[in-house]
Amino acid sequence: MPILSVKNLTKSFGGLTAVSNVNMVINQGELVGLIGPNGAGKTTLFNLLTGVYVPSSGTIELDIGNGSKVLNNLKPYKITDCGIARTFQNIRLFKDLTVLDNVRIAMHKNVKYGLASAFFRLPSFFKEETQVHEESLELLKIFKLDSKKNELAKNLPYGEQRRLEIARALATNPSLLLLDEPAAGMNPNETAELTDLIQWIREEFKLTILLIEHDMSLVMKICERIYVLDYGMIIAEGMPDEIKKNKRVIEAYLGEEVSDA
Amino acid sequence: MKQLLNAKTLLYVISLAAIYGIVQLLISVNIINQYYQVNLVMICINIILAVSLNLVTGFTGQFSLGHAGFMAIGAYISAIITLNMQQEYSFLIGLFAGALVASLVGFLIGIPTLRLRGDYLAIATLGMAEIIRILFLNIDYVGGAAGLTGIPQYTNWPWLFVFTAATIIIISNFIKSSHGRACISIREDEIAAESMGINTTKYKVLAFVIGAFFAGIAGALYSNYFYFIKPDLFNFMKSIDILVIVVLGGMGSITGSVLAAILLALISAYLQSFPELRMVIYALLLIIIMIYRPQGLMGTKEFSLSSLFKKKADKIQ
Amino acid sequence: MEQFLQQIINGISLGSIYALIALGYTMVYGIIKLINFAHGDIYMIGAYIGFACTTYLKLGFVESLLIAMVVCALLGFLIEKIAYKPLRNATRIAALITAIGVSLFLEYGTMFIVKADVRTFPKVFTEKNIHITSGLVISNTQIVIIVVTVLLMALLQYIVHFTKAGKAMRAVSTDQDAAQLMGIDVNFTISTTFAIGSALAGAAGVLVGVYYNSIDPLMGMIPGLKAFIAAVFGGIGVIPGAMLGGISLGVIETFVSGYGGSLYKDAAAFAILILILLIKPSGILGKNQREKV
Repeated sequence: MPILSVKNLTKSFGGLTAVSNVNMVINQGELVGLIGPNGAGKTTLFNLLTGVYVPSSGTIELDIGNGSKVLNNLKPYKITDCGIARTFQNIRLFKDLTVLDNVRIAMHKNVKYGLASAFFRLPSFFKEETQVHEESLELLKIFKLDSKKNELAKNLPYGEQRRLEIARALATNPSLLLLDEPAAGMNPNETAELTDLIQWIREEFKLTILLIEHDMSLVMKICERIYVLDYGMIIAEGMPDEIKKNKRVIEAYLGEEVSDA
Repeated sequence: MKQLLNAKTLLYVISLAAIYGIVQLLISVNIINQYYQVNLVMICINIILAVSLNLVTGFTGQFSLGHAGFMAIGAYISAIITLNMQQEYSFLIGLFAGALVASLVGFLIGIPTLRLRGDYLAIATLGMAEIIRILFLNIDYVGGAAGLTGIPQYTNWPWLFVFTAATIIIISNFIKSSHGRACISIREDEIAAESMGINTTKYKVLAFVIGAFFAGIAGALYSNYFYFIKPDLFNFMKSIDILVIVVLGGMGSITGSVLAAILLALISAYLQSFPELRMVIYALLLIIIMIYRPQGLMGTKEFSLSSLFKKKADKIQ
Repeated sequence: MEQFLQQIINGISLGSIYALIALGYTMVYGIIKLINFAHGDIYMIGAYIGFACTTYLKLGFVESLLIAMVVCALLGFLIEKIAYKPLRNATRIAALITAIGVSLFLEYGTMFIVKADVRTFPKVFTEKNIHITSGLVISNTQIVIIVVTVLLMALLQYIVHFTKAGKAMRAVSTDQDAAQLMGIDVNFTISTTFAIGSALAGAAGVLVGVYYNSIDPLMGMIPGLKAFIAAVFGGIGVIPGAMLGGISLGVIETFVSGYGGSLYKDAAAFAILILILLIKPSGILGKNQREKV
């Protein structure tokens, strides 16, 4: 059952078309990969899905339980409200804030107490703050970051920063999680751990995951389906084995075969 | 209730009462005489202005150079109301009316301009404050360039104390709440904040409106003490003065704003004896502090009684 | 109709002053993204140097103008080295506060040295009004202002587009790190930018002294602010934008003042500012800068 449908999505920046007529369907519970050479438009696609960019044409529809919602002109925070969360290619943690605060901020959208409670410390303030605090710690425990809860995000080692970004995204309680190169800069050990973690959170949080990645070991291992983007267009789609053998995909990454002249 | 009635809160309440009592005593026995009272009033008003500006600029990261405009609104509205109503409670009406109008104007200004970033926002807010000042300059009902005089003097130490303490407490509480954290996340990384579900426009405007409200209170306290106001008092230099206090104290530290307000008032008073050199030294001080310690006195740290407690606990063990 | 043309003439000559000052703002902002609050005060110092030259050294107009430009260039260079360079990697607000500090220092330092009274510029050349038609007047001072401004702007365009230093300036404003990697001496380029911008402001100061005859230590505040608005209006960081913005602002202000709104003429500048920031923040000739996510 599709949770996300993208139809003929196009984005142009002046004369440059970054994403061109992309069609994509992600089904509930799937783990889908999005690969392609650098500059293909993968992050641009993520930015379109999360409202950071407005589509030039085409539609993005998300299933939100009771029917589907068109996401096209919604602001990012509204899209997060609908249940899409993301991580960033270049980590965008709140660097000068603590690990705990990074997660607590992502929980804000579910906080119900109002300004009066905040100004005057009414009972609902204490009740919900304790709740937010506890739920954040739970989440950090899962990502093995709870011991560093008061550490500034910028002081974490790189691998932990990437984990924190995922934890933070999960704090928004999403149904669809977009991961942008989560394994970038990781060594094989860390990547293996991350691979297990991604599969685990999919089960545990009943997520649908769309993943941009360059590390093929990760992609081939966990992705059930893969879309390949090149120059803004989808050039292939299918199961990992098919994609591995697809001529166009190989050309996109490695270039054309040189004929003997 | 349990969370409210603990040792920490008790200590805060006692400290507040002590500050109130001691200063009141010093006033009664005339140690804080007429001359020093002016400094005391300015310190309190500047604390309110600095803390409210810090919310906007330090915590939410929106660079506002127009805070004096909101102060002006509070000052003028309060002046008009107290000049025309003879009842005892006219002061409170004037003060809250001034604060409310200031926050309304803040809302109207904020919605269009808070889309802008950084330097552009600074100049837009500066422009808005100047327009407010020029408007007051040209309205004869409020005296135009000559200003308003004879404003009843309702501001006294109890009121100053109440409003200064209230400003610090309310804004602190806001900062430490989830709403406050939302504002801080905007300062840190607006795009990430928006992607984490935070309605950044709403919170930017909210911080701006809250800041304007308290600036309005400060303006009302000002006009009802100094009994004379004119548009030039609330010019661009005044906005700069407030910004300097915030930056010197540390953007993102309420404690810093309080300390800096006190410190600058003292420095200013000390330099009164050298009127010609005063501004020159003030300017040099500014440049030197910016070059050698741009994070200001406190950076983003706050003074907290709980850290004192922790140290004691560690010592005992 | 004649009154309309007269306002245009007055507006262009006022606008030329704004343009000269705006150029300095835009060049500095373009290269280090700093709103140099002290720029308006350099204009003021130019006026005082011009005053000193004509009153005490009894020099002529051209000599005073040149000396003021050189002194201001030097001043701009020094300010950058002492106050702004240490803050090149600091936050924008820190740099802005420092600029404010420099501005205050220049204003009150001058006040301390020469006292706050208004000084009168001596008559540098005899006022002559040229009647184009019976109702249309242009004074020789206005002609001088416009001619000097046009010459200086042409000179600037030449420097920016046809010299190596100019190319360096354009490179550094586009991408400081890349420029450095290409072997450009970034420090020298930034200093040059400040020097040139300040020289232009100094020239404006002398021209204003000659035209309006009175100078005082705080004269830089409002024109400085307006020139900055002009720069933003035309497109901050874009040199032709400063010229366009300056002239436009001068004309608009003259019209507002001339058609009855003289009390509001200052507000006109701010209203323009708000409008342009809301409609096209990058300015009329500016380009849109996207943040990469």
